[in-house]
Amino acid sequence: MDDTAVVIAFWVMAVLTLVSALMVAMVHDLIHAVLFLILSFVGVAGLYVTLSADFVAVVQVLIYAGAISVLMLFSILLTPRSARDNAAVSYAAPIASLAILVGIVLSYAAVETNWAKSTNEFGSTAREIGNALLDPYVLPFEVASILLVVAMIGAIILVRPTEEAAQADGDQA
Amino acid sequence: MIEIEHVLVVGGILFSIGLFVALSRRNAVGVLMGIELMLNSVNVNLIGFAKLSESPTPITGQVFAVFVITVAAAEAAVALALAVSVYRYRQSIDVDRLDLLKW
Repeated sequence: MDDTAVVIAFWVMAVLTLVSALMVAMVHDLIHAVLFLILSFVGVAGLYVTLSADFVAVVQVLIYAGAISVLMLFSILLTPRSARDNAAVSYAAPIASLAILVGIVLSYAAVETNWAKSTNEFGSTAREIGNALLDPYVLPFEVASILLVVAMIGAIILVRPTEEAAQADGDQA
Repeated sequence: MIEIEHVLVVGGILFSIGLFVALSRRNAVGVLMGIELMLNSVNVNLIGFAKLSESPTPITGQVFAVFVITVAAAEAAVALALAVSVYRYRQSIDVDRLDLLKW
């Protein structure tokens, strides 16, 4: 692939990601914030593609831009009377300066550190990730699957109506 | 040529934006959005290191990114279920007003 094209794509995706992340912080309506969040996730997936992580990019689009953002939209719609707009918090200025400070420190550390650089070429990343998941990382892989089951059961139990609430609903109907 | 510093700076800026969102939103779902942005910035760094740093097994970074995405999905499901559950009792998920456990 042409090298300059990849660099241009990287910076386009970086600007898309950062601008839509900033819009998440700026917009007032939470629904609009979720839509910008989806745009930001897609931008991050584009960054993965330019860094030759195609499998992770597909996973990112499926899990983040697909599943998690739909979950967020549903939970915003299921909590209708809570304040949807981002009412001005009194401590916005200190938080903003803290965040800018953290960003400056991280960027300074990233630029000043002497990294051991190289450029790694991957073959088929899906195959390599699959092999790695089943050879050195079997235990974390199994633990992750248990974690997903536990989280799923926990989420179902948390949102189930209690017995009394279910009975009250039945009486009304 | 993409340098590793560029990837890390993009990740760092994304992290600080996520930090600002997580701390400045009052709605619990908004706070969760900030946390997801921060997790994404960590993943950008991992993928950047997988591609651009010296390592005997460079695919490890991508495997870790997949694990981070898994844990983030589990965390989002539980956190949003908690938000809906709290809303049922309090008619609000304003994190400033959820001070039941504060003494």
